[in-house]
Amino acid sequence: MTLLALEGSIELGIIYAIMALGVFLSFRTLNMPDLTVDGSFTLGAACSAMLAVAGHPWLGLIAAMGAGFVAGNVTAWLHTKLKIQPLLAGILVMLALYSVNLRVMGGRANIPLINQTTIFSLLEGNDLAPLIIPVTILILIMVLLFLFLQTRFGLILRATGDNDQMVRAIGGNTDFTITIGLALSNALVALSGAIIAQYQSFTDISMGVGMVVIGLASVIIGEVIFGIRSLLRRLLAVVLGAMVYRLVIALAMEAGMPPTDMKLISAVVVAVALSMPVIRDYLLERKKRWVTRYGGEGGQADAKDK
Amino acid sequence: MLKINNLSKVFGQGSQNEKQVLKQINLTLAPGEFAAVIGGNGAGKSTLLNCIAGVHPSDSGSIMLGDYDITNWPEYRRSRLIGRVFQDPLMGTAYAMTIEENLAMALAKGKSRGLQPGISRSDRRNFRDRLAQLELGLENRMSDKVGLLSGGQRQALTLLMATIVRPSLLMLDEHTAALDPLTSRKVLQLTRDLVAAEHLTTLMVTHNMTDALAFGTRTLMMHEGSIILDLQGKERSGMTVETLIASFKKHSGEELVNDRLLLS
Repeated sequence: MTLLALEGSIELGIIYAIMALGVFLSFRTLNMPDLTVDGSFTLGAACSAMLAVAGHPWLGLIAAMGAGFVAGNVTAWLHTKLKIQPLLAGILVMLALYSVNLRVMGGRANIPLINQTTIFSLLEGNDLAPLIIPVTILILIMVLLFLFLQTRFGLILRATGDNDQMVRAIGGNTDFTITIGLALSNALVALSGAIIAQYQSFTDISMGVGMVVIGLASVIIGEVIFGIRSLLRRLLAVVLGAMVYRLVIALAMEAGMPPTDMKLISAVVVAVALSMPVIRDYLLERKKRWVTRYGGEGGQADAKDK
Repeated sequence: MLKINNLSKVFGQGSQNEKQVLKQINLTLAPGEFAAVIGGNGAGKSTLLNCIAGVHPSDSGSIMLGDYDITNWPEYRRSRLIGRVFQDPLMGTAYAMTIEENLAMALAKGKSRGLQPGISRSDRRNFRDRLAQLELGLENRMSDKVGLLSGGQRQALTLLMATIVRPSLLMLDEHTAALDPLTSRKVLQLTRDLVAAEHLTTLMVTHNMTDALAFGTRTLMMHEGSIILDLQGKERSGMTVETLIASFKKHSGEELVNDRLLLS
């Protein structure tokens, strides 16, 4: 891999890590795969692009987070108040956002940001700007998230995904924790979309397609490689997972895989990662059978493993 | 402390499976009273507890707890006054969170749950002392995830969580039924000590008739959605399991055919 490609995928990985942290909030702490993400990513990008064109790139990021927050609220409302299943609630909002995003973008399917002032203009002339600015934002978000998840509210937010019955039994309002959780999750996703839009100087109505799968892949890859022992480690794992995912994609492209196949690869990666427990059990079972049939060596190897 | 007036609950109203699970229940618990509730399957014991806790909304009647009319409160709001321990040891705790995090969540009951730090240093000291009283060695495992604990340890922890902020009412729904006999004894012992120390108003569902007579100050027997027997004072202390079965027959006009109730 060329140095340029490596640098590119690290930069992308860092920006996508913010999205993955959002997915981590809904998927792991609330135990809800939230498909709103596909829509709110583009929503963030659209807000960011429009405001950047108007000359307010930083305001674009803030507006994106606000819009994502609202989108998450709608999904949560559909789920907690109207009792629509989380998956379906997410799909409905994702669909609705397609129209909303087109409206935000003034009816155009894409907005180029070439020669516009972006957040990266802040460090004009510095070659590392595309790295420094996202890293700063990512670190800020990780610190805030790490502190937030250990506050009184953060604790019941995390417990909601574990055991919502228990949260209600100790006086926690789970409708509220779900609402705030999904809203924050989508705010992060939208922020990531907003930065991507300015990073690649381009916003497209379909740029959010499959984003939730990429987020899930990052979360799961991170967990498999870096573990889940403590909260800090879990957050770091998500970020590193997002970067590993980007590197894998870059390698696949390097190997001659056409970019149009990327969604297929993402889906396969997530399917394999999600089925890891089943695959592991199956392999263990086979190993056991092999040991009972042939005894001896297999058994010793087994003992050594432990 | 607890005053229930004409509480009724129908499941599946209007359908073929319509079943009146609670029929005009009237029950008053004085402060510090410890009532054990027994009855066969489908007698309405758990439904009664769930209606008080707000898991199911009641169809008619009213529930007063302390000075509050909680009849229309949502479940989480009632929980600020009520501590609960469930039959399933998995239900009372968050398994992927640590012991101290679980306790901290319980300690924040009734306080604002904002952006204050979840656990303070003085909280930790408090938790260590409280856990040490359980004599299960949990005080040295405070940052272990609850998922690593045994069923008995979890029930003890849930009991501590339910009482760490003094509840107006403690409700135990067969909280030892899923434990082995020895652990079950220990958890019951612990329940008795905690209730006595804090002088808690308690409602305990059990399927064990001996326990229903031995524990607490009052025994309630439910049958088909009604309280058919309410024993306290002298009448209660004179009861044995045999006379209890006989009076069940007298009051319900039926044999007590419930292996689980008899054998335990």
